[in-house]
Amino acid sequence: MSEATAAKIPVTVLTGYLGAGKTTLLNRILSENHGKKYAVIVNEFGEIGIDNDLIIGADEEVFEMNNGCICCTVRGDLVRIMDGLMKRKGKFDAIIVETTGLADPAPVAQTFFVDEDVQKNARLDAVVTVADAKWLSDRLKDAPEAKNQIAFADVIVLNKTDLVNKGELAEVEARIRGINPYAKLHRTERCSVALADVLDRGAFDLDRILDIEPDFLEADDHDHDHDHHHHHDQDHHHHDHGHGLKHYHDEDMQSLSLKTDKPLDPNVFMPWLQNLVQVEGGKILRSKGILAFHDDDDRYVFQGVHMMLEGNHQRKWKQGEKRESRLVFIGRELPEEAIRKGFESCIVS
Amino acid sequence: MKEFTPAPDSASIVSVTDRVKPVKLGMAVTSVHFLGPRAAFVGGEENVAFVDAKGEIATVAVHSGGILSTASDGKRLVMGGDDGKVVSLDAKGEVTLLATDPKRRWIDAVALHADGAFAWSAGKIATVKSGKNEEKSLEVPSTVGGLAFAPKGLRLAIAHYNGATLWFPNMEGSAEFLPWAGSHHGVTFSPDNKFLVTAMHEPALHGWRLADNRHMRMTGYPSRVRSMSWSAGGKGLATSGADTVIIWPFAGKDGPMGKEPAMLAPLQARVSVVACHPKNDILAAGYSDGTVLMVRLEDGAEILVRRNGTPPVAAIAWNAKGTLLAFADENGDGGLLEL
Repeated sequence: MSEATAAKIPVTVLTGYLGAGKTTLLNRILSENHGKKYAVIVNEFGEIGIDNDLIIGADEEVFEMNNGCICCTVRGDLVRIMDGLMKRKGKFDAIIVETTGLADPAPVAQTFFVDEDVQKNARLDAVVTVADAKWLSDRLKDAPEAKNQIAFADVIVLNKTDLVNKGELAEVEARIRGINPYAKLHRTERCSVALADVLDRGAFDLDRILDIEPDFLEADDHDHDHDHHHHHDQDHHHHDHGHGLKHYHDEDMQSLSLKTDKPLDPNVFMPWLQNLVQVEGGKILRSKGILAFHDDDDRYVFQGVHMMLEGNHQRKWKQGEKRESRLVFIGRELPEEAIRKGFESCIVS
Repeated sequence: MKEFTPAPDSASIVSVTDRVKPVKLGMAVTSVHFLGPRAAFVGGEENVAFVDAKGEIATVAVHSGGILSTASDGKRLVMGGDDGKVVSLDAKGEVTLLATDPKRRWIDAVALHADGAFAWSAGKIATVKSGKNEEKSLEVPSTVGGLAFAPKGLRLAIAHYNGATLWFPNMEGSAEFLPWAGSHHGVTFSPDNKFLVTAMHEPALHGWRLADNRHMRMTGYPSRVRSMSWSAGGKGLATSGADTVIIWPFAGKDGPMGKEPAMLAPLQARVSVVACHPKNDILAAGYSDGTVLMVRLEDGAEILVRRNGTPPVAAIAWNAKGTLLAFADENGDGGLLEL
């Protein structure tokens, strides 16, 4: 992590459908003996009572930006609250934003990219979604908000696993993976997840965009302390994971991964990507990529939320490292064929 | 002000840095206002520090938390805090509790009227207290971004999402909505009461001519406008947000419609705060690199008050006579300049 990134206050967005266990997780984070102080932005006062922390009530106001792009929304209340919180810099170490069960995480995330003043002081760390193992499958059918929250997540805490049997658990995990195979998934009872698994993830940190391989292996071996980098030496595709999980293809929310070991032409790729998120940004919830450009010894990394993209040259390709470009899109009704064709046209022939 | 004229053909800027009395406040500062002979530096939280002409500092506790909003009429300061309280501080240093939000919500904005009335907002509700009259409240469609009293009559402008609301608190049903898409924060009336201007969340200002509600778009800023100041007589509105001081012309009946703003004092840094001199056509500007300049509006001639190389200047103000300039950076290092 760069120094400038480290100096910014990390912000964790805590989402999840009604009753999934957000407040339980929040209380767990706050009451654990970590010696840190949190500023917590909540929608309902009363259920949280930790004296040490700053609790701020929010109104969840979603504002459209005045730039003619309808998916470019921010949380107006959050802009205001961040402004006020920055007057008390030094009084807390991190910020947690709890959203209501029906909230779309995108405006929250976008607030941290659009607003210059917010961006100067804070960095989005990760979107953590708490899901109810017993009821999530039903909610994915009838509640578009629940689906959004799963699709958007960097970390999914699959809670209340004690209320389902093994088969039901496999079923709900497969449904989650049908939407978002990239999030880190943790099975819990009463949200008993290690804090290191939900906080300080650096999920939006360009320097840490490494884990864009599917998360199936970790989900199965249940060991979260190992080094995730081992993925890079393997070559697996998320459709043939072969772990005995049923594969679900969600009708309207999917992920799409693209990969090539041939170099890309930056002069074709960049305009293509820009145009893609301009045109299809309403459908694309999240995007990430590690890119190998023609005649370029540096890895290029990018990530995006809807129409907003940020990217940079990250570091030199290492000796012996496979110069492979990988892109991931998670979104609704993604025009898969068009995206694949567009991507292929960026390959230097 | 003969020292204001720069030497002809001189490459180096005239400097008065050696005449500045340095002030070290040892706290984060967000604004400064003169109360009587003393400068009152408002801290990011809890305290206000009075500094007299000799540079003596006297600190007064005003809030038990962050100070979110401040307004001054030269006689007192009214502040809103994240402790849900509205307090005032007079020139003697006396603190008075004016109001407490029943739910202890943040007091996001405050305004002060020349006749002593004051207003504050918490969430979507703006409240006015005028003399012995009871409090009057108005709920607007979204969280209040800023408040300002009109220079004439008891009329309050409330900036919010998708526009501003004008309200006569003593007239039932008088709220008038001025729509404009986007989120509006700071708000100010022109001193002649003819125009209302808001600073938007986007890097732009928006204005309305109040006679016919005609729109004025003032765009082109690289960053959000956080500081606005009317020049002497209300001829121009000086603003922060760019790497020059942007001054929109408001002398004519059409305001800045169809006109270009003046762009003065360009630096390789963003203007962070501006304060126009109360009597002369001069302004003081603070920059994101710590520079403070005095600028003559007529020709843009500059005088260096403070060198660069510090955190952004967060506070700047003239006293009512225009004989003292006070400023401070975000960390509370500042100064007083006597003219």
